[in-house]
Amino acid sequence: MIKKWAWLIGILAMPALSDDGIFDEYRDLMGDDNPAIFVIDEGEALWFEPQGPRSASLEGCDLGLGPGVTAGAYARFPRYFEDTDAVMDIESRLLYCMQQLQGRDRDALLAKPYSLRGDMGTELEALVTWLAAESEDAVIAPEQAHPSERAMYALGEEIFFYRAGPHDFSCATCHEQSGMRIRLQALPNLTNHDEAAEAFGSWPAYRISEGLVRTMGWRLQDCFRQQRWPGLKLGSEVSVALQTYMAVNAAGGVMTAPGLKR
Amino acid sequence: MSRIKIRAQQADGITEVKALMRHPMETGMRKDQSGASIPAHFITEVAVFHGERTVMQGYWGAAVSANPFLGVRFKGGEAGDTVKVTWVDNQGGTGEGETTIR
Amino acid sequence: MKQTDLSGTSRRRFLGWTALLGAAVSLPARVWAWARPEAAFVATGIDAALAGLGGTPTVHDAIQFTTPDIAENGAVVPIRIEVDSAALPNVSKVSVLVEMNPNPMAAVFDIAPDTEVYIETRVKVAQTCNLYAVVEADGELYMQSRETKVTLGGCGG
Repeated sequence: MIKKWAWLIGILAMPALSDDGIFDEYRDLMGDDNPAIFVIDEGEALWFEPQGPRSASLEGCDLGLGPGVTAGAYARFPRYFEDTDAVMDIESRLLYCMQQLQGRDRDALLAKPYSLRGDMGTELEALVTWLAAESEDAVIAPEQAHPSERAMYALGEEIFFYRAGPHDFSCATCHEQSGMRIRLQALPNLTNHDEAAEAFGSWPAYRISEGLVRTMGWRLQDCFRQQRWPGLKLGSEVSVALQTYMAVNAAGGVMTAPGLKR
Repeated sequence: MSRIKIRAQQADGITEVKALMRHPMETGMRKDQSGASIPAHFITEVAVFHGERTVMQGYWGAAVSANPFLGVRFKGGEAGDTVKVTWVDNQGGTGEGETTIR
Repeated sequence: MKQTDLSGTSRRRFLGWTALLGAAVSLPARVWAWARPEAAFVATGIDAALAGLGGTPTVHDAIQFTTPDIAENGAVVPIRIEVDSAALPNVSKVSVLVEMNPNPMAAVFDIAPDTEVYIETRVKVAQTCNLYAVVEADGELYMQSRETKVTLGGCGG
Protein backbone atom coordinates (compact mmCIF):
# COMPACT_ATOMS: atom_id res chain seq x y z
CA MET A 1 0.00 0.00 0.00
CA ILE A 2 2.61 2.41 -1.20
CA LYS A 3 0.34 5.41 -1.41
CA LYS A 4 -2.01 4.55 1.36
CA TRP A 5 -1.95 8.03 2.79
CA ALA A 6 -1.06 10.00 -0.26
CA TRP A 7 -4.66 11.15 -0.53
CA LEU A 8 -4.21 13.16 2.63
CA ILE A 9 -1.84 15.52 0.93
CA GLY A 10 -2.00 14.75 -2.76
CA ILE A 11 -4.62 17.23 -3.82
CA LEU A 12 -3.06 20.12 -1.99
CA ALA A 13 -0.39 19.95 -4.65
CA MET A 14 -2.73 20.29 -7.61
CA PRO A 15 -1.32 23.14 -9.64
CA ALA A 16 -3.40 22.13 -12.63
CA LEU A 17 -6.49 23.27 -10.78
CA SER A 18 -5.22 26.34 -9.02
CA ASP A 19 -5.63 28.95 -11.71
CA ASP A 20 -9.41 28.93 -12.08
CA GLY A 21 -10.13 31.70 -9.61
CA ILE A 22 -13.90 31.38 -9.52
CA PHE A 23 -13.64 27.76 -8.48
CA ASP A 24 -11.18 28.33 -5.62
CA GLU A 25 -13.93 28.22 -3.03
CA TYR A 26 -15.30 25.01 -4.52
CA ARG A 27 -11.88 23.40 -4.51
CA ASP A 28 -11.15 24.54 -0.97
CA LEU A 29 -14.33 22.86 0.15
CA MET A 30 -13.47 19.75 -1.84
CA GLY A 31 -10.41 19.51 0.34
CA ASP A 32 -7.74 16.95 0.11
CA ASP A 33 -9.11 13.59 -0.80
CA ASN A 34 -9.27 11.78 -4.09
CA PRO A 35 -11.25 8.58 -4.66
CA ALA A 36 -8.42 7.39 -6.91
CA ILE A 37 -6.88 5.96 -3.73
CA PHE A 38 -9.32 3.06 -4.04
CA VAL A 39 -8.35 2.48 -7.66
CA ILE A 40 -4.66 2.44 -6.73
CA ASP A 41 -5.31 -0.34 -4.23
CA GLU A 42 -7.39 -2.24 -6.77
CA GLY A 43 -4.66 -1.95 -9.39
CA GLU A 44 -2.00 -3.18 -7.01
CA ALA A 45 -4.10 -6.22 -6.14
CA LEU A 46 -4.67 -6.95 -9.84
CA TRP A 47 -0.95 -6.85 -10.61
CA PHE A 48 -0.30 -9.67 -8.14
CA GLU A 49 -3.45 -11.67 -8.92
CA PRO A 50 -3.00 -14.86 -11.01
CA GLN A 51 -5.34 -14.60 -14.01
CA GLY A 52 -5.98 -16.02 -17.46
CA PRO A 53 -5.46 -19.50 -18.92
CA ARG A 54 -1.95 -19.60 -17.49
CA SER A 55 -3.09 -18.44 -14.08
CA ALA A 56 -0.19 -16.05 -13.93
CA SER A 57 0.21 -12.68 -12.26
CA LEU A 58 1.78 -9.69 -13.98
CA GLU A 59 4.82 -9.77 -11.73
CA GLY A 60 6.96 -10.94 -14.65
CA CYS A 61 5.86 -8.03 -16.85
CA ASP A 62 8.75 -5.93 -18.12
CA LEU A 63 7.69 -2.30 -18.23
CA GLY A 64 11.09 -1.26 -19.50
CA LEU A 65 13.08 -1.33 -16.28
CA GLY A 66 13.22 -5.13 -16.06
CA PRO A 67 10.62 -7.80 -15.25
CA GLY A 68 8.48 -6.83 -12.27
CA VAL A 69 10.03 -3.39 -11.76
CA THR A 70 7.14 -0.99 -11.26
CA ALA A 71 8.66 1.91 -9.33
CA GLY A 72 9.36 4.76 -11.73
CA ALA A 73 8.39 2.75 -14.81
CA TYR A 74 5.36 4.86 -15.78
CA ALA A 75 7.43 8.04 -16.02
CA ARG A 76 9.63 6.50 -18.75
CA PHE A 77 6.80 5.78 -21.20
CA PRO A 78 6.26 5.73 -24.14
CA ARG A 79 9.36 3.68 -24.98
CA TYR A 80 10.74 1.19 -27.46
CA PHE A 81 10.64 -2.53 -26.63
CA GLU A 82 12.84 -5.01 -28.42
CA ASP A 83 10.50 -7.93 -27.88
CA THR A 84 7.76 -6.23 -29.90
CA ASP A 85 10.04 -4.03 -32.01
CA ALA A 86 7.65 -1.18 -31.31
CA VAL A 87 7.29 1.98 -29.29
CA MET A 88 4.55 1.31 -26.74
CA ASP A 89 2.54 3.35 -24.29
CA ILE A 90 1.90 1.88 -20.86
CA GLU A 91 -1.59 0.71 -21.74
CA SER A 92 -0.55 -1.28 -24.78
CA ARG A 93 2.43 -2.69 -22.84
CA LEU A 94 0.10 -3.93 -20.12
CA LEU A 95 -2.16 -5.55 -22.71
CA TYR A 96 0.91 -7.23 -24.21
CA CYS A 97 1.91 -8.61 -20.79
CA MET A 98 -1.62 -9.87 -20.16
CA GLN A 99 -1.48 -11.79 -23.44
CA GLN A 100 2.07 -13.08 -23.09
CA LEU A 101 2.16 -13.89 -19.39
CA GLN A 102 -1.45 -14.69 -18.62
CA GLY A 103 -2.43 -16.10 -22.01
CA ARG A 104 -5.42 -13.83 -22.30
CA ASP A 105 -7.26 -13.02 -25.50
CA ARG A 106 -6.46 -9.63 -27.04
CA ASP A 107 -9.94 -9.04 -28.44
CA ALA A 108 -11.48 -9.77 -25.07
CA LEU A 109 -9.06 -7.38 -23.38
CA LEU A 110 -9.87 -4.67 -25.91
CA ALA A 111 -13.63 -5.18 -25.69
CA LYS A 112 -13.97 -2.63 -22.88
CA PRO A 113 -10.67 -1.12 -21.81
CA TYR A 114 -12.28 2.01 -20.34
CA SER A 115 -15.26 2.43 -18.06
CA LEU A 116 -18.61 3.70 -19.12
CA ARG A 117 -20.24 6.20 -16.81
CA GLY A 118 -21.70 4.45 -13.82
CA ASP A 119 -19.01 1.78 -13.82
CA MET A 120 -16.53 1.53 -10.97
CA GLY A 121 -13.45 1.17 -13.16
CA THR A 122 -11.83 -1.41 -15.44
CA GLU A 123 -8.85 -3.65 -14.86
CA LEU A 124 -6.70 -1.61 -17.25
CA GLU A 125 -7.65 1.67 -15.57
CA ALA A 126 -6.80 0.26 -12.15
CA LEU A 127 -3.43 -1.12 -13.25
CA VAL A 128 -2.44 2.10 -15.00
CA THR A 129 -3.49 4.15 -11.97
CA TRP A 130 -1.45 2.02 -9.59
CA LEU A 131 1.57 2.15 -11.89
CA ALA A 132 1.27 5.93 -12.14
CA ALA A 133 1.18 6.06 -8.35
CA GLU A 134 4.32 3.93 -8.39
CA SER A 135 5.92 6.81 -10.28
CA GLU A 136 4.72 9.56 -7.97
CA ASP A 137 7.35 12.31 -7.73
CA ALA A 138 9.38 10.60 -10.46
CA VAL A 139 10.82 12.85 -13.15
CA ILE A 140 9.04 12.49 -16.49
CA ALA A 141 11.75 11.03 -18.70
CA PRO A 142 10.46 9.26 -21.83
CA GLU A 143 13.13 7.37 -23.74
CA GLN A 144 14.33 9.09 -26.93
CA ALA A 145 17.52 7.13 -27.62
CA HIS A 146 16.12 4.68 -30.18
CA PRO A 147 15.40 5.96 -33.69
CA SER A 148 11.85 4.60 -33.45
CA GLU A 149 11.26 6.70 -30.35
CA ARG A 150 12.45 9.84 -32.10
CA ALA A 151 10.34 8.99 -35.13
CA MET A 152 7.33 8.61 -32.81
CA TYR A 153 7.89 12.09 -31.43
CA ALA A 154 8.12 13.54 -34.94
CA LEU A 155 4.92 11.78 -35.95
CA GLY A 156 3.20 12.97 -32.79
CA GLU A 157 4.19 16.55 -33.48
CA GLU A 158 2.84 16.30 -37.02
CA ILE A 159 -0.48 14.89 -35.83
CA PHE A 160 -0.74 17.49 -33.07
CA PHE A 161 -0.84 20.28 -35.65
CA TYR A 162 -2.76 18.37 -38.33
CA ARG A 163 -6.17 19.86 -39.03
CA ALA A 164 -8.91 17.46 -40.04
CA GLY A 165 -12.48 16.39 -39.50
CA PRO A 166 -15.77 18.23 -40.06
CA HIS A 167 -14.70 21.06 -37.74
CA ASP A 168 -11.23 21.38 -39.31
CA PHE A 169 -9.77 20.91 -35.83
CA SER A 170 -6.32 19.94 -34.68
CA CYS A 171 -5.06 19.17 -31.19
CA ALA A 172 -3.28 22.49 -31.46
CA THR A 173 -6.57 24.35 -31.96
CA CYS A 174 -7.21 23.96 -28.23
CA HIS A 175 -3.71 23.27 -26.91
CA GLU A 176 -1.08 25.54 -28.42
CA GLN A 177 -1.86 28.80 -26.65
CA SER A 178 -1.63 29.66 -22.97
CA GLY A 179 -4.41 31.22 -20.92
CA MET A 180 -7.26 29.90 -23.06
CA ARG A 181 -10.46 28.35 -21.81
CA ILE A 182 -13.35 26.35 -23.14
CA ARG A 183 -16.40 27.56 -21.27
CA LEU A 184 -14.93 27.84 -17.75
CA GLN A 185 -12.28 25.19 -18.24
CA ALA A 186 -8.61 26.18 -18.51
CA LEU A 187 -6.85 24.54 -21.45
CA PRO A 188 -3.19 23.57 -21.08
CA ASN A 189 -0.76 24.70 -23.75
CA LEU A 190 0.91 21.40 -24.58
CA THR A 191 3.65 23.06 -26.61
CA ASN A 192 4.83 24.81 -23.44
CA HIS A 193 7.10 22.73 -21.19
CA ASP A 194 5.66 23.71 -17.83
CA GLU A 195 2.05 23.34 -18.91
CA ALA A 196 2.74 20.05 -20.70
CA ALA A 197 4.47 18.74 -17.58
CA GLU A 198 1.57 19.74 -15.37
CA ALA A 199 -0.97 18.20 -17.74
CA PHE A 200 0.90 15.01 -18.63
CA GLY A 201 2.04 14.43 -15.05
CA SER A 202 -1.46 14.64 -13.59
CA TRP A 203 -2.97 11.81 -15.67
CA PRO A 204 -4.41 9.32 -14.92
CA ALA A 205 -6.85 11.41 -12.96
CA TYR A 206 -10.06 11.03 -11.02
CA ARG A 207 -12.67 12.81 -13.09
CA ILE A 208 -15.20 14.22 -10.64
CA SER A 209 -17.87 14.66 -13.30
CA GLU A 210 -17.76 10.98 -14.15
CA GLY A 211 -16.93 9.52 -10.75
CA LEU A 212 -14.13 7.57 -12.44
CA VAL A 213 -10.40 7.47 -12.88
CA ARG A 214 -9.51 8.17 -16.50
CA THR A 215 -6.21 7.39 -18.20
CA MET A 216 -4.22 9.36 -20.76
CA GLY A 217 -5.29 6.82 -23.39
CA TRP A 218 -8.92 7.61 -22.62
CA ARG A 219 -8.21 11.35 -22.56
CA LEU A 220 -6.86 11.19 -26.10
CA GLN A 221 -9.80 9.12 -27.31
CA ASP A 222 -12.14 11.71 -25.86
CA CYS A 223 -10.22 14.55 -27.51
CA PHE A 224 -10.64 12.77 -30.83
CA ARG A 225 -14.35 12.38 -30.20
CA GLN A 226 -14.63 16.07 -29.31
CA GLN A 227 -12.80 17.01 -32.50
CA ARG A 228 -15.25 14.78 -34.41
CA TRP A 229 -12.31 12.76 -35.67
CA PRO A 230 -12.48 9.01 -36.32
CA GLY A 231 -12.18 6.93 -33.16
CA LEU A 232 -8.67 6.60 -31.79
CA LYS A 233 -7.57 3.03 -31.16
CA LEU A 234 -5.90 2.16 -27.88
CA GLY A 235 -2.20 1.54 -28.42
CA SER A 236 -2.35 2.58 -32.07
CA GLU A 237 0.57 4.37 -33.68
CA VAL A 238 -1.33 7.67 -33.61
CA SER A 239 -2.15 7.31 -29.91
CA VAL A 240 1.42 6.36 -28.98
CA ALA A 241 2.79 9.18 -31.16
CA LEU A 242 0.66 11.82 -29.45
CA GLN A 243 1.59 10.50 -26.02
CA THR A 244 5.25 10.58 -27.02
CA TYR A 245 4.89 14.17 -28.20
CA MET A 246 3.31 15.19 -24.89
CA ALA A 247 5.70 13.18 -22.73
CA VAL A 248 8.80 14.61 -24.41
CA ASN A 249 7.41 18.15 -24.13
CA ALA A 250 6.79 17.38 -20.45
CA ALA A 251 10.21 15.81 -19.85
CA GLY A 252 11.87 17.05 -16.70
CA GLY A 253 8.53 17.66 -15.01
CA VAL A 254 7.32 15.59 -12.10
CA MET A 255 4.62 12.92 -11.96
CA THR A 256 1.80 13.98 -9.63
CA ALA A 257 -0.82 11.46 -10.80
CA PRO A 258 -3.40 10.38 -10.00
CA GLY A 259 -4.71 13.91 -10.35
CA LEU A 260 -8.16 15.29 -9.64
CA LYS A 261 -10.08 16.87 -12.50
CA ARG A 262 -13.41 18.53 -12.95
CA MET B 1 -9.66 -4.58 0.40
CA SER B 2 -10.82 -1.73 2.46
CA ARG B 3 -13.87 -0.04 1.08
CA ILE B 4 -13.50 2.93 3.42
CA LYS B 5 -10.52 5.19 3.95
CA ILE B 6 -10.58 6.99 7.27
CA ARG B 7 -8.42 9.40 9.14
CA ALA B 8 -9.03 10.81 12.59
CA GLN B 9 -7.12 13.66 14.15
CA GLN B 10 -7.43 15.10 17.63
CA ALA B 11 -6.68 18.66 18.76
CA ASP B 12 -7.87 20.66 21.77
CA GLY B 13 -10.32 18.00 22.88
CA ILE B 14 -12.05 17.78 19.49
CA THR B 15 -11.57 14.82 17.17
CA GLU B 16 -12.12 15.32 13.46
CA VAL B 17 -12.97 12.26 11.37
CA LYS B 18 -12.84 12.23 7.58
CA ALA B 19 -13.97 9.18 5.66
CA LEU B 20 -14.13 8.35 1.97
CA MET B 21 -16.23 5.38 0.88
CA ARG B 22 -16.08 3.30 -2.28
CA HIS B 23 -19.63 3.26 -3.63
CA PRO B 24 -21.36 4.16 -6.95
CA MET B 25 -24.36 5.91 -5.30
CA GLU B 26 -26.54 5.09 -8.31
CA THR B 27 -29.81 7.05 -8.33
CA GLY B 28 -31.88 4.54 -10.29
CA MET B 29 -32.82 7.32 -12.72
CA ARG B 30 -29.99 6.79 -15.20
CA LYS B 31 -29.95 4.54 -18.23
CA ASP B 32 -27.05 2.56 -19.65
CA GLN B 33 -25.99 2.71 -23.31
CA SER B 34 -28.61 0.14 -24.34
CA GLY B 35 -31.33 2.26 -22.76
CA ALA B 36 -31.93 -0.06 -19.81
CA SER B 37 -32.36 1.55 -16.40
CA ILE B 38 -29.42 1.24 -14.04
CA PRO B 39 -30.90 0.03 -10.74
CA ALA B 40 -30.71 2.31 -7.73
CA HIS B 41 -27.72 1.40 -5.58
CA PHE B 42 -26.82 3.76 -2.78
CA ILE B 43 -25.78 3.84 0.84
CA THR B 44 -28.84 4.30 3.04
CA GLU B 45 -27.22 4.30 6.48
CA VAL B 46 -23.84 5.33 7.76
CA ALA B 47 -22.46 5.55 11.28
CA VAL B 48 -19.35 6.79 13.05
CA PHE B 49 -18.15 5.17 16.29
CA HIS B 50 -15.59 6.29 18.81
CA GLY B 51 -14.71 3.11 20.70
CA GLU B 52 -18.05 1.79 21.94
CA ARG B 53 -19.81 5.11 21.52
CA THR B 54 -21.86 6.10 18.48
CA VAL B 55 -21.08 9.73 17.71
CA MET B 56 -23.18 10.07 14.57
CA GLN B 57 -25.54 8.00 12.49
CA GLY B 58 -26.79 9.19 9.17
CA TYR B 59 -29.48 8.34 6.62
CA TRP B 60 -28.65 8.98 3.01
CA GLY B 61 -30.55 9.22 -0.23
CA ALA B 62 -29.13 8.73 -3.72
CA ALA B 63 -28.32 12.46 -3.87
CA VAL B 64 -25.14 11.93 -1.88
CA SER B 65 -22.27 11.95 -4.41
CA ALA B 66 -20.56 8.82 -5.74
CA ASN B 67 -17.64 7.63 -3.61
CA PRO B 68 -19.15 9.53 -0.68
CA PHE B 69 -17.19 11.75 1.64
CA LEU B 70 -18.14 12.28 5.28
CA GLY B 71 -16.54 14.58 7.81
CA VAL B 72 -17.66 14.80 11.44
CA ARG B 73 -16.27 16.19 14.68
CA PHE B 74 -16.85 14.97 18.20
CA LYS B 75 -15.73 15.91 21.70
CA GLY B 76 -13.23 13.69 23.45
CA GLY B 77 -11.06 11.11 21.84
CA GLU B 78 -7.41 10.51 22.64
CA ALA B 79 -4.55 9.61 20.35
CA GLY B 80 -4.66 5.86 19.85
CA ASP B 81 -8.43 5.49 20.35
CA THR B 82 -10.32 3.53 17.71
CA VAL B 83 -12.69 5.25 15.30
CA LYS B 84 -14.90 3.13 13.09
CA VAL B 85 -17.17 3.98 10.17
CA THR B 86 -19.79 1.56 8.83
CA TRP B 87 -22.37 1.69 6.07
CA VAL B 88 -25.32 -0.30 4.76
CA ASP B 89 -26.78 0.11 1.25
CA ASN B 90 -30.18 -0.45 -0.33
CA GLN B 91 -29.07 -3.76 -1.86
CA GLY B 92 -27.91 -5.20 1.45
CA GLY B 93 -24.24 -4.42 0.92
CA THR B 94 -22.18 -3.27 3.87
CA GLY B 95 -18.83 -1.65 4.43
CA GLU B 96 -16.68 -1.00 7.41
CA GLY B 97 -13.37 0.60 8.17
CA GLU B 98 -11.48 1.76 11.20
CA THR B 99 -8.48 3.78 12.19
CA THR B 100 -6.84 5.12 15.31
CA ILE B 101 -6.89 8.76 16.31
CA ARG B 102 -3.67 10.63 15.68
CA MET C 1 -14.53 -7.12 -4.65
CA LYS C 2 -15.27 -8.73 -1.34
CA GLN C 3 -17.66 -6.86 0.86
CA THR C 4 -17.00 -6.60 4.54
CA ASP C 5 -19.64 -7.93 6.89
CA LEU C 6 -20.53 -5.90 9.89
CA SER C 7 -18.67 -7.66 12.64
CA GLY C 8 -20.03 -8.70 16.00
CA THR C 9 -18.24 -5.77 17.52
CA SER C 10 -19.97 -3.22 15.38
CA ARG C 11 -23.28 -4.96 15.93
CA ARG C 12 -22.83 -4.40 19.64
CA ARG C 13 -22.11 -0.79 18.92
CA PHE C 14 -25.26 -0.45 16.87
CA LEU C 15 -27.08 -1.99 19.79
CA GLY C 16 -25.44 0.49 22.10
CA TRP C 17 -26.96 3.30 20.11
CA THR C 18 -30.25 1.51 19.99
CA ALA C 19 -30.36 1.15 23.74
CA LEU C 20 -29.66 4.86 24.11
CA LEU C 21 -32.76 5.67 22.10
CA GLY C 22 -34.90 2.96 23.62
CA ALA C 23 -35.27 0.56 20.68
CA ALA C 24 -34.01 -3.02 20.63
CA VAL C 25 -33.43 -4.86 17.37
CA SER C 26 -30.55 -7.22 16.75
CA LEU C 27 -29.64 -6.66 13.08
CA PRO C 28 -28.00 -3.42 12.02
CA ALA C 29 -30.26 -2.98 9.02
CA ARG C 30 -33.33 -3.24 11.20
CA VAL C 31 -31.86 -1.07 13.88
CA TRP C 32 -31.58 1.66 11.33
CA ALA C 33 -35.01 1.24 9.81
CA TRP C 34 -36.97 2.88 12.59
CA ALA C 35 -35.21 6.23 12.40
CA ARG C 36 -34.97 6.88 8.66
CA PRO C 37 -37.38 9.70 7.78
CA GLU C 38 -38.68 7.88 4.72
CA ALA C 39 -41.49 10.35 4.04
CA ALA C 40 -38.90 13.10 3.65
CA PHE C 41 -36.69 10.99 1.39
CA VAL C 42 -39.46 9.98 -1.04
CA ALA C 43 -40.96 13.48 -1.23
CA THR C 44 -40.65 15.06 -4.68
CA GLY C 45 -40.89 18.71 -3.66
CA ILE C 46 -39.11 20.83 -1.09
CA ASP C 47 -42.25 21.59 0.95
CA ALA C 48 -43.21 17.93 1.18
CA ALA C 49 -39.64 17.02 2.10
CA LEU C 50 -39.62 19.60 4.90
CA ALA C 51 -43.02 18.34 6.03
CA GLY C 52 -41.49 14.87 6.18
CA LEU C 53 -38.94 16.24 8.62
CA GLY C 54 -41.70 17.62 10.80
CA GLY C 55 -42.71 21.06 9.56
CA THR C 56 -41.52 24.44 8.41
CA PRO C 57 -38.16 25.51 9.86
CA THR C 58 -37.36 29.05 10.96
CA VAL C 59 -34.09 30.69 9.96
CA HIS C 60 -31.48 30.62 12.74
CA ASP C 61 -28.12 32.41 12.62
CA ALA C 62 -26.37 29.83 14.82
CA ILE C 63 -26.35 27.53 11.80
CA GLN C 64 -23.33 28.09 9.63
CA PHE C 65 -24.00 26.55 6.23
CA THR C 66 -21.13 26.57 3.74
CA THR C 67 -21.60 25.69 0.09
CA PRO C 68 -19.72 26.98 -2.95
CA ASP C 69 -21.38 29.92 -4.74
CA ILE C 70 -20.55 28.17 -7.97
CA ALA C 71 -19.76 24.50 -8.42
CA GLU C 72 -17.63 23.16 -11.21
CA ASN C 73 -19.60 20.01 -11.15
CA GLY C 74 -23.13 19.39 -9.98
CA ALA C 75 -22.36 15.72 -9.39
CA VAL C 76 -20.13 16.64 -6.48
CA VAL C 77 -21.02 19.72 -4.45
CA PRO C 78 -19.18 19.92 -1.13
CA ILE C 79 -21.18 21.23 1.80
CA ARG C 80 -20.44 21.92 5.47
CA ILE C 81 -22.86 22.49 8.33
CA GLU C 82 -21.74 23.78 11.73
CA VAL C 83 -23.91 24.85 14.62
CA ASP C 84 -22.79 27.11 17.44
CA SER C 85 -24.12 25.07 20.34
CA ALA C 86 -23.94 28.01 22.73
CA ALA C 87 -26.43 29.89 20.57
CA LEU C 88 -28.49 26.84 19.64
CA PRO C 89 -28.09 23.97 22.11
CA ASN C 90 -29.42 20.40 22.04
CA VAL C 91 -29.21 19.84 18.29
CA SER C 92 -30.14 16.20 17.66
CA LYS C 93 -30.50 16.11 13.85
CA VAL C 94 -28.91 17.81 10.86
CA SER C 95 -30.39 17.49 7.35
CA VAL C 96 -29.35 18.59 3.88
CA LEU C 97 -31.89 19.29 1.15
CA VAL C 98 -31.43 20.31 -2.49
CA GLU C 99 -34.48 22.22 -3.67
CA MET C 100 -34.61 21.25 -7.35
CA ASN C 101 -33.46 17.63 -7.12
CA PRO C 102 -36.05 14.96 -8.05
CA ASN C 103 -36.03 14.05 -4.36
CA PRO C 104 -34.85 17.14 -2.44
CA MET C 105 -33.96 15.21 0.73
CA ALA C 106 -30.29 14.28 0.45
CA ALA C 107 -29.06 13.28 3.90
CA VAL C 108 -30.05 13.28 7.57
CA PHE C 109 -27.60 12.93 10.43
CA ASP C 110 -28.47 12.00 14.01
CA ILE C 111 -26.00 13.72 16.29
CA ALA C 112 -25.10 12.12 19.61
CA PRO C 113 -25.70 14.30 22.68
CA ASP C 114 -22.76 16.27 24.07
CA THR C 115 -20.73 16.33 20.90
CA GLU C 116 -19.92 18.72 18.08
CA VAL C 117 -22.51 19.65 15.49
CA TYR C 118 -20.28 19.55 12.46
CA ILE C 119 -20.99 17.68 9.22
CA GLU C 120 -19.19 17.71 5.90
CA THR C 121 -20.33 15.77 2.88
CA ARG C 122 -20.88 16.08 -0.88
CA VAL C 123 -24.17 16.03 -2.70
CA LYS C 124 -25.50 15.97 -6.23
CA VAL C 125 -27.16 19.20 -7.34
CA ALA C 126 -29.18 18.70 -10.52
CA GLN C 127 -29.35 22.40 -11.41
CA THR C 128 -28.70 25.83 -9.95
CA CYS C 129 -30.92 26.13 -6.88
CA ASN C 130 -31.14 26.64 -3.12
CA LEU C 131 -29.64 24.17 -0.71
CA TYR C 132 -31.06 23.92 2.81
CA ALA C 133 -29.41 22.98 6.06
CA VAL C 134 -32.12 22.06 8.56
CA VAL C 135 -31.42 21.24 12.18
CA GLU C 136 -33.68 19.94 14.91
CA ALA C 137 -33.13 21.13 18.49
CA ASP C 138 -35.52 20.43 21.37
CA GLY C 139 -38.14 19.33 18.85
CA GLU C 140 -38.03 22.57 16.85
CA LEU C 141 -36.74 22.95 13.27
CA TYR C 142 -34.32 25.68 12.22
CA MET C 143 -32.56 26.32 8.94
CA GLN C 144 -30.19 28.25 6.71
CA SER C 145 -30.30 28.21 2.92
CA ARG C 146 -27.72 29.01 0.26
CA GLU C 147 -27.84 29.16 -3.51
CA THR C 148 -25.29 27.15 -5.48
CA LYS C 149 -24.85 27.71 -9.20
CA VAL C 150 -24.02 24.66 -11.25
CA THR C 151 -21.96 25.20 -14.39
CA LEU C 152 -21.70 23.26 -17.59
CA GLY C 153 -18.21 21.98 -18.06
CA GLY C 154 -16.00 22.16 -21.10
CA CYS C 155 -13.95 19.20 -22.20
CA GLY C 156 -11.76 19.66 -19.15
CA GLY C 157 -8.19 18.56 -19.01
